[in-house]
Amino acid sequence: MIGSPFVLEKNSVRLTMVKVMLALIPGTLAHAWFFGPGIVVSLLVCGAFAIVFEGLALLMRGCCFKNFISDGSVLVTAWLFALSVPPLAPWWIYAVGLLFAVLVAKHLYGGLGQNPFNPAMIGYAVLIISFPNYMTHWPGPIHLVNHVPSLAESFDLVFAGQGSISIDAYTMASPLDTVKTLLRAGVPKADILANPVFGRLSGTGLEWVAGMYLLGGLLLLANRQITWHVPVAFLASVAATAGILQAVDPAYNMGPVFHLFTASVMLGAFFIATDPVSGCSTPRGKLIFAGLAGFISIIIRSYGGYPDGVAFSILIMNVAAPFIDAYTQPRVYGHARGGKVGR
Amino acid sequence: MNQPLFSFPGGLHPAEHKAESNAAAIVTVPLSGRYVVPLRQHAGNSAKPVVHVGDRVLRGQTLAIPDGRISAAVHAPTSGRVVAIEPHPVAHPSGLADGCVVIEADGLDEPVAMTPTTWRDLTPEALRERLAGMGLVGLGGAVFPSHVKLQPGQTRIETLILNGAECEPWITCDDRLMRERAAEVLRGAEIMRHLLGARELLVGIEDNKPEAAAAMRAAAGPDIKVVVVPTRYPSGGAKQLIQLLTGLEVPAGKISTDIGIQVFNVATAYALQRAVELGEPLISRIVTITGQVARPGNYEVRLGTPIEEVIQRAGGELPGASGHLVGGPLMGFDLDSPRAPVAKGVNCIIVTSPELFPPHPTAMPCTRCGLCAQACPVRLQPYEMYLYAKAKNLDKAKAYNLTDCIECGCCSYVCPSHIPLVDYYRFAKSELAARDRDQQAAELARERHEFHLLRLEREKQEKAARLGRKASERLESGSVAPDDPEAARKKALLEAAIERARQAKEAAAPANIDNLTPTQQAEVDAIEARRKQAEQKETTP
Repeated sequence: MIGSPFVLEKNSVRLTMVKVMLALIPGTLAHAWFFGPGIVVSLLVCGAFAIVFEGLALLMRGCCFKNFISDGSVLVTAWLFALSVPPLAPWWIYAVGLLFAVLVAKHLYGGLGQNPFNPAMIGYAVLIISFPNYMTHWPGPIHLVNHVPSLAESFDLVFAGQGSISIDAYTMASPLDTVKTLLRAGVPKADILANPVFGRLSGTGLEWVAGMYLLGGLLLLANRQITWHVPVAFLASVAATAGILQAVDPAYNMGPVFHLFTASVMLGAFFIATDPVSGCSTPRGKLIFAGLAGFISIIIRSYGGYPDGVAFSILIMNVAAPFIDAYTQPRVYGHARGGKVGR
Repeated sequence: MNQPLFSFPGGLHPAEHKAESNAAAIVTVPLSGRYVVPLRQHAGNSAKPVVHVGDRVLRGQTLAIPDGRISAAVHAPTSGRVVAIEPHPVAHPSGLADGCVVIEADGLDEPVAMTPTTWRDLTPEALRERLAGMGLVGLGGAVFPSHVKLQPGQTRIETLILNGAECEPWITCDDRLMRERAAEVLRGAEIMRHLLGARELLVGIEDNKPEAAAAMRAAAGPDIKVVVVPTRYPSGGAKQLIQLLTGLEVPAGKISTDIGIQVFNVATAYALQRAVELGEPLISRIVTITGQVARPGNYEVRLGTPIEEVIQRAGGELPGASGHLVGGPLMGFDLDSPRAPVAKGVNCIIVTSPELFPPHPTAMPCTRCGLCAQACPVRLQPYEMYLYAKAKNLDKAKAYNLTDCIECGCCSYVCPSHIPLVDYYRFAKSELAARDRDQQAAELARERHEFHLLRLEREKQEKAARLGRKASERLESGSVAPDDPEAARKKALLEAAIERARQAKEAAAPANIDNLTPTQQAEVDAIEARRKQAEQKETTP
């Protein structure tokens, strides 16, 4: 028999997931507005694959299919994954990424609530390591490319391959890619920034997508789905690290504003580093987790082999999260101090 | 005059459901024909019955006396005849039957002689002695014997807090009591202050009870501060109310009197006032009957009245009623049988229906979302405790301060995965208690065994020494002729045997009680001391 309490708040895992997805809509719409309808196609494809893999995993595990298939968690994973990888890639790219995200990163570890790593970021990491070429083909802003694939063309690109449309007609190097390759090649920063792929704050269009992620994140914050600790620490750390690197070596490093308004930083700060399952849960733990993740992101961007470091930084911090939590326990009522949990 | 107000972390504001029952005045329930008075209506030991089946008892007559320090007396709610002393269903979470005195009322309601006291003339000691047999317990739900709490400890009591927060949804008995009988409540509080020697008297009331606060303010003297606290569950938890009113925390493992604070419920103060000023022991209380009943409200009920009968007085259950909760929906429990009587701790009966209390949805896995930690008023990490309680990793659960959990239910209430977290904590706590008991028993057994070995060894030595002494005494006393060569040979043999025994003893002894380390020696001494005590007890029955 279940004892007290006999009343519960009207809340559920599904409702939480629905709220997160609602908060992702502004950023997704901004992406479609600036980069064409490709994102809608990749979102649908990713959602479908994710549901299929999730269902398969639940059937294989043979437990409570009905409750879990509709909890919405796998759709959030699929959505975050779709926003992290280039739209208009071949379908099997998404399939491979989600296979690792859902089957390996989530269900092999025990399913909902048990995954030590953020599944969407695992999917992304597998792809960028295995198929780096496909991961650099981001659609350019619609006013800069020769051809914007329509919705129908986007489906063709995903399922039937290139066909008559040249890949160069609709993709461009992303701002982060551009910065990385050209700065390394010794091109002066002013010349690089003259490239129309850069806007006022960061990448053209992408700065708006980042702004919409920020808006969605603030909605989550206002709705108490997340606390301020992770986004504030992540963004502050990104800004501080970028600021220091720029001050130390202005010719080689971009400034804090550029980094803050790259879409991945805003997505990471509000939607990925805030993942409670794989992140930290104590207030101080969240600050340390997100602060270090922001720091590592910028270090990877500036000195690492990959143009972006948000996914890797969060995966690295995922490893440390249980440890950080154990050492940042809040002070319990009546106790002199908090901190470490004894063995 | 302005009392600073502090806050506690976390907490909830669930739907209050106070309006259903707080509009009407308290109704006195007419006498019943049969009363079932449980012998255990308090924390601690069951009371020991002092009446027999067939005895005629009067209202207020002692039915059972306290057994030990943490126990309380129980009294006859009305006059009548004792028809049984037997196990009967009681209002307890376990649903088990417990010993009860069953009284057939004679309808005369004839009281025993009750002697009112002018308490200001009595010393606290004399007054406490009078109160010890009055059966007073905390009426907020914890039912801890009040006479124990009215005994000041080593630390001087600075502050007496009267708890009128009544933070649980649905319950309004303290609200109505404060509205209607504020003066009596505060007189009771004055007696408490007198007994404890407290300097300050604070009354904490949630701001959803403005009428009660106004009534208490009107009745309060200048040296009583009525403080209105925000409506936020669990403000009525003693530790939380202390934190709200003083900003202080009771250190872990200690009690509030260690920091000079004592807390009583307003209903306890009222009962104390009646006990002192009227000489009437605790034989009735105010109970909120609410939920799926025709006339929700507050009813003054003699203790021992069957709950089903009180529900009938409230107009009976409405269609759709499905069960009964005792206490509030956050910390109360499911009543097994409505035949159980109203006892001292029964502050509220909620008649449930599936509409009012929908069944809990299926639990999902924990996602460590942390909402429970944000809601916890003790600042625990409930999701960690849950994880370890579920894995039966008691040490780890304890390391996350499981024992500081007050079981308020905030974590379960907010959990989006609908995990019955508090049930896991109750389970782990009882496992922990059972393990501690086992460990203590094992420790005791080990000590006894060691003492047993020690005693065997000592007896052996004493016997050897005694035999040797006797033999040499016999030789030296001249019972045999000194020049008898046969005797001399025997003596020499005997002495050699004694010497061998002595050597053997020396060779054997170091293995056990010689060359002890100081800690071993201390243990041996402690065991010896206990043995002496035990022997003394045996010799003085």
